[in-house]
Order: sequence, then C-alpha cells, then structure tokens
Amino acid sequence: MLDALGVLILKRRLSGLVVLFVLVVLGFFANIVLGLSPIKLHVIFEAFTSFDGSREHLIVRSVRLPRALIAVMVGCSLALAGGIMQALTRNSLAGPEIFGVNYGAALAAVSASFLLGTSSLSLFAWSSFIGAGVAGAAVFLIGSIGYDRLSSFKLVLAGATMNLLLASLTQGILILHQQSMDTMRFWMAGSLTGRDLELFVQMVPYMLIGLLFTILMSKNINVLSLGEEAAQGLGQRVLLTKSLLIGIIMLLAGSAVAIAGPIGFIGLTVPHIARFWVGADYRWILPYSALLGALLLLLSDVGARFVLPSREIPVGVVTAFLGAPFLIYLVQRKGGAV
Amino acid sequence: MISTNRWRIIMAILLLANICLFFVNLLIGERNIPFDKAFQILLGLANTGYEFTMLKLRLPRALVAALVGSGLALSGVILQAITRNPLASPSILGLNAGAAAAVVAILVLIPAVPSSLLPPVAFGGALVVAFLIYALSWRKGSSPIRLMLVGIGISAMANAVIAYLLTVSDIVRVTQAAIWMAGSLYGRGWEHFWPLLPWFMVLFPVAYFLARHLDLFQLGDPLAIGLGIHLERTRGLLILISVAIAGASVSAAGTIGFVGLMAPHMSRHLVGNTSARLLPVAALTGSLLVLSADAVGKILFPPYEIPVGIITAIIGAPYLFYLLVRQRK
Repeated sequence: MLDALGVLILKRRLSGLVVLFVLVVLGFFANIVLGLSPIKLHVIFEAFTSFDGSREHLIVRSVRLPRALIAVMVGCSLALAGGIMQALTRNSLAGPEIFGVNYGAALAAVSASFLLGTSSLSLFAWSSFIGAGVAGAAVFLIGSIGYDRLSSFKLVLAGATMNLLLASLTQGILILHQQSMDTMRFWMAGSLTGRDLELFVQMVPYMLIGLLFTILMSKNINVLSLGEEAAQGLGQRVLLTKSLLIGIIMLLAGSAVAIAGPIGFIGLTVPHIARFWVGADYRWILPYSALLGALLLLLSDVGARFVLPSREIPVGVVTAFLGAPFLIYLVQRKGGAV
Repeated sequence: MISTNRWRIIMAILLLANICLFFVNLLIGERNIPFDKAFQILLGLANTGYEFTMLKLRLPRALVAALVGSGLALSGVILQAITRNPLASPSILGLNAGAAAAVVAILVLIPAVPSSLLPPVAFGGALVVAFLIYALSWRKGSSPIRLMLVGIGISAMANAVIAYLLTVSDIVRVTQAAIWMAGSLYGRGWEHFWPLLPWFMVLFPVAYFLARHLDLFQLGDPLAIGLGIHLERTRGLLILISVAIAGASVSAAGTIGFVGLMAPHMSRHLVGNTSARLLPVAALTGSLLVLSADAVGKILFPPYEIPVGIITAIIGAPYLFYLLVRQRK
C-alpha cells in the first residue's frame, strides 16, 4: 500500500534514475567527443551513416566508440559486483576484490606473460578472466566446506585471505622478474587505453549475462541483505541464492578486470555512494550503482586524457580522485544515517 | 571460552615456538652459523669469527621481526574490536597506503635518497593519513562506519598516487619500491630496532590495560556507553595506540598486509574473544608469523631473499583456510 509519502519517495527515486541515465548518455558522448583530437558531435553519426574512411571517422569507429562502450560496461559491472558483494556479505568493507578477483586475474596474467613471453592485451584478457574465475571458485569451495556454509563471515575471511595470498605470489614474481614488472605495472593500474571492439565483443556476453541475472535476482538480493534468518523466513533457499550470486559477481567482476585491468575504487565505493541516496533497499541501490559506476568511469576516462598535457594517465588513478572526495563529502554530510 | 589452564598451555607453546624460531633466524642466512658456535657466542665463551654476523646483523633483524609482527597483530585486534568488522586491519586507517605513498614518492622523486630516511618518512606518511581520516570522519563524534568509509576513500587516493608513480618512474626504482611495499626485513639493524623499542615498551602495556574496554566495544556503542565507558575518549585513545604501533611497525619493515588482518583471527580461534587473553596470544602469533616468514624467505632461493611480507601470506593462508574449513560453532 502506497501512501502519499511513499509515492513522493518513489517519484523522487525514479526521477533520480532518469537524471542519472541522461548524465550517462551525456558522459558517453563527451567521452567520444573529447580527446587530443576533438571530434565534432555530428561526425559521430556521419561515421556510421556515411562512412568515408577519413581519419576522424576511423578514430570514432575504431578508438573512441569502443572505448566509451567499454567504460560504460566495465563501470556498470564493477559497481554491480560490488553492490551484490556487500548485500551478500553484509559487510561494508567488501568489494569484488574480496573474492580474489583482482589478484587472481593479475597472477594469471603475470604468469601467462612470464611463461609465454608475450604481453598482448588479448592474452592478458583471457588469462585474467580465467584467473579471476579460478580464484573465485576456490573461495566459494573453501566457504562451502564444513560448518556454517557460505556464511558472510566465512566468505569474507576466505576471500580476503585468498586475495592476500594471490597478491603475495604476484608481488613475488614481479620482484624477482623485472621484465614482468615493466609490462604489468601499467596493466595493474587499470586502463582503457588501446582496448578495441574485438576485445569488448569477446567479454560483453559475460557482462550481459551477469546484468540479466542481477535484474532477475534483485528481489532475492534485497531480501538476503536483510539477513539470513529473514531470507529463510521469507522462503528463500539461501544457499542456492548465495551460490548464484557468487557466480554473478564472478562474471561481472571477472570480465571487467579482463578488459580493463584491476580498476580500484568503483566496486567498493560506488554502492556506498548509491546507498546515501536511496537508503538500504537493494532494488534501488543496484540500478543507481550501475549508472553511477558507468558515469564515474566515463568521466574518469575523459579526465585521464587531460590531467597531464603530454601523456595519458591510467584511468584507475583518476577514479579514486574523482570519486573519493565525493564519498567523503557524503559521509560528512549524511554520515549519521548510514 | 577456554579454561585458564588451556590458555596457559597455548601461551607456553607459542612462546617456545617463538624462541626456537628466533634462534633459527640467528643461525641461518647467507652464511649459516653452526649450532655449537652460536651457543658459544650467546654464552660469551669463545671468539668464533661469527660474532659480527650474529650480533650485529641477525640479532637486531630478528628482534625487529618479532616486534613488527606482534605490533601489527595487536593493532589488528584492537581495530577489529572497535569497528566490529572482521575485515578491519591497520590498512583501513590508511596506515599502509599512507606510509607506502610517502615512501614511494620519496624513492621515485628524489633519486639517491639514503635508506635510513625511509622509516621516518613512512611513519610520517602513516600518521598524516591516519589523522586525515580521523579528522574527516569526525561529525559530532567519531563512528566506526564513518571511519571505515573515509578510510576507504583516502586509502584509494593514496593507492592511486602509488599506482601512478609506479607507472612513470624508472624500473629499478619501481622494483625497489615494490620490495619495500611487500614488506622486507633486509638490512634491518640496530639502528632500526632502537627507535622502535620505546613505542612498544609504552604502548603494549597501555593496550593490555585497556583490554577490558575492548570487550565492551564488541557489545555495540549504546550498550558500551550504558556500561559506563567514555566512548569517544576510549575509542580515540585505542585508535591512537593502534595507529602508533602499526605506524612504527610499518616504518621499520614496510607494509606487511597479512599479519594485521589475519593474526587476530588465528588467535581468536586459539583462545576465543576475551581481550585480556587474546592480546598476548595475538602478539605471539604475529611475531611467530613474521619470524618464520623471514626464516623461510632466507632459505628458499639463496642467495636471493624473498621479502618477508610475501612469505607471511603464503605460510599463513593455508593455516587460515584450514581453520575456516574445520570451524565449528
């Protein structure tokens, strides 16, 4: 039953969602238009309606558009993975990296480039996708053996331990093998540079499947975030839900890391920013997070091109500097209400 | 809750293991010292030619290892109790990120910086960031959740600075910074030990004295106030203690991530939640982890040394997995 206040809140949240969506669309075009060689807005459309092979058209079709698409999907996936992770574990310090995704990916990518001696982006992408998957599966296994299966305490501890273990192994290889360090340090900072449409097309199905399942399960996620007893009381099969959610997190975070490297900050903090707006209801937190994540990465990517005049900096560096002050501002203003 | 007798036995075993590993650390290294010779040196009996290696190089290094390990573990116990979050560790107060950012900046931007300058720089970075986080999360009082969120934000920015500096600088410097960040005891001597000691002499007893309050925090803020602790003052004091202990540890040995986060959990599995019992056990567990990791790091690929921070996770993680799988209510 909706009273007047309920209708008002609903309207405000819906309009907030619309505003965010418009901002994402604007950010998308800004991401294509702005750069070292600026593109006029109408050229974007001409590149598809009347392609003439000119340099500008080529830039739009092969560099800028793929990159903007990647920014949208990666930002959205990371933020969603983080949101689901926090609902699943009910721990505000949990991000997708807690499943060992980032360092599982990094270790696999480092090992692959170390063993095979090459460092192409597509090798990094597939090895890190598999590495992230294996790490997540291991955490899931450890979390589901023994008493108290898949409890949030067990999951976050198993995950954090796994993450530290994989981080140590990665660091070990990098310190002992300077050449790996030289190639990996750019990948590890998280970047969208040089990612093309082919890579995107390879990874986007996993993101879309993850997105689809997130939408289908948003109600379950919300109920689970209230606590296990509540979820059981409401007739959920908690273990099944949790297992599915872990699978979704792996798909979303694994494919995002595979494309762009371990971009920090978004997965851990964007859900917190969304929570400041819409409270504790995950049916709202998740769509807000998805749009905010996409917007943050689009804008950070533009920023990464302009901060230094001479060279581009990794986008993972910019996300923190754009997002963190905003998070801190929200904490200070609304801190009591978390 | 375990019986006092069992607690004493666990303490005795841990203490013994610490002493054994401490001794092992004195013996092994680039040049191994025979057992009987080492004994003679310790008793001051004969001049064996190993004195310099053992007393000037290895003894201070092992002492630093023990202090750093116990300091990180204690700091972790305190922070997990205050925030009531099992993922809390010195790094949520931005200590690791702050110290690392300062050190990496110095290493990268000022070539030929003497390594003796790194500990104070790290300590300074850690303190500045910890202070920033505490100040920015203050809003008519502190709260654990605000502290954690601001901590995430500030740490993310510090980590971004590190990531950026690592991509722009010379690869030799990058490796040097990576070794520091992995946590290493290489070349730590008396000049590292003496500045560390006073912090620990003062702060360990204070932390132990405040252990009773730590238990009250686990009940939640309102109940803790109801039971008569000055919440803000005690929390501020405890945070200050953990910042100082962890900051001093990080400045001496670099950012060892695993110990502060995981040693408290290991100890809790051994002796339960009561802080007066947990704190000493955690200190011994932490020091045992770092001592054994340093020994393994020296043995593994001689003449190369593997940084101690890398080994702590590799030997600690399997044990923690075992605890998680085996855990019963």
